[in-house]
Amino acid sequence: MNYIPHTELEKKEMLKSIGVSGVDELFKHIPKELRPRSFNIPEGKSEFEVIEYLKLLSRKNATNLTNFVGGGFYDHYIPAAVDALAGRSEFYTAYTPYQPECSQGWLQAIYEYQTVICELTGLDVSNASLYDGGTALYEAAMMAVRLTGRKKIIVDSGVNLIYRTMLYAYTSNLSIEFIETPVVHGQACREDIYKHLDDQTAAVIVQNPNFFGAVDDFSDIVQQVHKYGALAIASVYPVSLGMLKPPAEMGMDIATGEGQSLGIPLSFGGPYLGFIAVKKEHMRQLPGRIVGATVDKDDKRGFVLTLQAREQHIRRERATSNICSNEALCALRALIYTSLLGKAGFQKLAKLNYQKAEFAKSALDKVSGVKVKRSAPTFNEFTVCLPKNADEVVCRMINKGFACGFPLGRFYKGLDNYLLVTVTEKRTKEEILQFANSLEAALCS
Amino acid sequence: MQLIFEKSRPGREGFKLPEIDIPIASDMPAKYCREQPASLPEVSELDVVRHFSNLSRLNFSVDTNFYPLGSCTMKYNPKFTEKVASLEGFSDLHPLLPQLLGGGMLAQGSLEVLYNIEKLLSEITGMSAFTTQPLAGAHGELTGVMLIAAYHKHNGEQRKHVIIPDSAHGTNPASAAIAGYKVVVIPTDKDGFLDLQAYKKALNQETAAVMLTCPDTLGLFNPKIKEIADLAHGVGALMYYDGANLNAILGKCRPGDIGFDVMHINLHKTFATPHGGGGPGAGPVGVCEKLVDFLPISRVIRRADGTFALDYRKHKSIGYIAPFYGNFGVILKAYAYILSLGKSGLVEASENAVLSANYCLERLKNYYAPAYGKSCMHECVLSAEKQLEQGVHALDIAKYLIDRGFHPPTIYFPMIVKEAMMVEPTETESKETLDAFIEAMIEAAVLAQTNPEVLHQAPLSMPIKRLDETKAAREPNLRWQSK
Repeated sequence: MNYIPHTELEKKEMLKSIGVSGVDELFKHIPKELRPRSFNIPEGKSEFEVIEYLKLLSRKNATNLTNFVGGGFYDHYIPAAVDALAGRSEFYTAYTPYQPECSQGWLQAIYEYQTVICELTGLDVSNASLYDGGTALYEAAMMAVRLTGRKKIIVDSGVNLIYRTMLYAYTSNLSIEFIETPVVHGQACREDIYKHLDDQTAAVIVQNPNFFGAVDDFSDIVQQVHKYGALAIASVYPVSLGMLKPPAEMGMDIATGEGQSLGIPLSFGGPYLGFIAVKKEHMRQLPGRIVGATVDKDDKRGFVLTLQAREQHIRRERATSNICSNEALCALRALIYTSLLGKAGFQKLAKLNYQKAEFAKSALDKVSGVKVKRSAPTFNEFTVCLPKNADEVVCRMINKGFACGFPLGRFYKGLDNYLLVTVTEKRTKEEILQFANSLEAALCS
Repeated sequence: MQLIFEKSRPGREGFKLPEIDIPIASDMPAKYCREQPASLPEVSELDVVRHFSNLSRLNFSVDTNFYPLGSCTMKYNPKFTEKVASLEGFSDLHPLLPQLLGGGMLAQGSLEVLYNIEKLLSEITGMSAFTTQPLAGAHGELTGVMLIAAYHKHNGEQRKHVIIPDSAHGTNPASAAIAGYKVVVIPTDKDGFLDLQAYKKALNQETAAVMLTCPDTLGLFNPKIKEIADLAHGVGALMYYDGANLNAILGKCRPGDIGFDVMHINLHKTFATPHGGGGPGAGPVGVCEKLVDFLPISRVIRRADGTFALDYRKHKSIGYIAPFYGNFGVILKAYAYILSLGKSGLVEASENAVLSANYCLERLKNYYAPAYGKSCMHECVLSAEKQLEQGVHALDIAKYLIDRGFHPPTIYFPMIVKEAMMVEPTETESKETLDAFIEAMIEAAVLAQTNPEVLHQAPLSMPIKRLDETKAAREPNLRWQSK
């Protein structure tokens, strides 16, 4: 199927109107020697055949495991209304709202999304979205470099390794110096951060909760960071903000994060949603689209893309970022999700996650040989020490129907026996108890 | 329309969560908790459904309106691809699963999709290998420039600049600059092509790469493209192909055969995945043989036993540019689209895209000055320069088109064309749609002569009239706040 409506007769009419004898003539500018050396693509199939084939492939994925894996990407329930509304093609088959008069639906939705991100983080200004939590953190780091004119960045190693490696990859030609500071007793090591903090430091980057699941209050660090004129950046898990102290209350200058947990399917790694929010004084350094409210000729409220002088299509090589397409549809999902959950529901969701994880801790504590790490409070994710190599235990648990957690040894040296366990609101009491029982069995065998 | 926040009523709820059925543990210590809950809306499910249903109706979209937004390839997005992406076996898969010991077997279906589309994209473009990781076109550009930098570094060379034509998308210079390169801009000659003299002058041992769009943003195929590539290679520079306009040349020529070393594809353009109101897109990057080892971690490989796995060996890799394997949901839709069209369908897509664009150009060229030349590839660039004599701008014509039910073409791009209007009709629009659009464009040209005020007032049929963009920028109001 090629979805082309032209009949043979219409094609002839169009060719005649153009004044050429055939379609080939329209491609005459392409020299003969540049014609394809090969174009070995299978012929097309019917919709039915393609769907059947892809159903077959989808069944080769194991999505029937009871999931206790998180690591920054979470298995939350998505209300049906999110799919129904984001699935309206008046949203998803539009593009960037360059023409505001015929794009008010999108522009208002993005303005509302920006408000949600500001509410969650406590900060003043959000953009319209970035690709994911990792690129959002990179954009934040670059903002700090531009705002301070400095090139040294201190990163707490509680920040997701995936994001740290992305930061290093993107800046590998920019002579930016990164210093990683250790996690001690589950939390960011103040002493080490302060040791490196100086008037050459552009930013300190932390994560809350950190990769081990530990919750922190970074207010003390932020105070020190500001003494040196550096910026404080936090990568945060939005669902936790239904309970935890938001970045702005700690004094953070920039908050970023992965918005996948707000109504976006796991979908094997994307599309996801990067969010970024900043203090008002930094807004002109923000990357990407921003929507603002204004009025029309009759003084009626309307919304437009604004502060565009920052962007690549205007400023080209001097733009704050190269981003053009963003993750608008995922931002819309996050907006619909948070609107449905609402003020009270979002708090309840956070509480449910916290309580279920605490229950799982108590259940796992009873498994012989398993030690739950309790050096710092956690939200819905925590670390356990196993009597065996965590990789092997995970492998055994897969056979018992559980994706039982993420082996920390994959990301951290010397933690081969440690497992990161995540418990969202979707995990029932029975599943948690079965998980503990199966773990007991897996450790015995 | 009221904001969702303005519809909020204290105490109203829109979603029921499961009750807590477990013993309650002690609360999170207060020092870690927020003082005030986030002021999210307090609305019912119906409030939410009606709000967003009505908001959606305020948008022009491909499914409701002709959307000839040049450079964006707003073709029809087949519905069955949405169904494919929502199959639970794909949508519920956690990306960390294949990174567990023995976990590769849990994701065989998705790994196969990635492996297969990489092979298909390689064959379509003539490149040696692809990575599906880049999350959008511009992200692909950045990845591409990083690959180029890594390649030169590996060869012990410190090259300093990237050559980019003045007609390029703004993302090209922005991507090169944030990857650490100086940008050297080459002007366009009188025929709309890269000025060869200026190009030769700028090209030297410090040139890391030449970034080109082909056909270019003026809708023209540069017949000297091979010579340009050879000259770059002669000084050791690499050729970057911006795949934004790939929809013009499927089966007609391949960037790899021309001599491009790195390229990205906008899956949301050529391969028909929805643009999502600004995204998500996907920008897979293809490379020639000598750059394969530099591709981002991880790579999907096929084992001897026919199973698929992730290769995390570093080789000379630039490292991680995305958290996982790309915008998988988008990649999946593009894969389904390619399987559906197949070889003939892809070639027909390009042929008809080019046919439709030339038809528009031919029928409009007496009313609006074509930017360059008498024919085009998949899009045509017209100028409202003639209309400017009557005080009518491209913007006025765009707004008039809105009143006529058409999404306007891209305007004021390429920047080198005065009062530019870039029309990309795509292959999926019928002749009667094209004719209706052409009639509206002609009427606008006539009105510019007879009654320009109508154009200046447009649009009048939308919920709002023209907005005060200066006020928006001078007095930024970027979020709602309760009074």
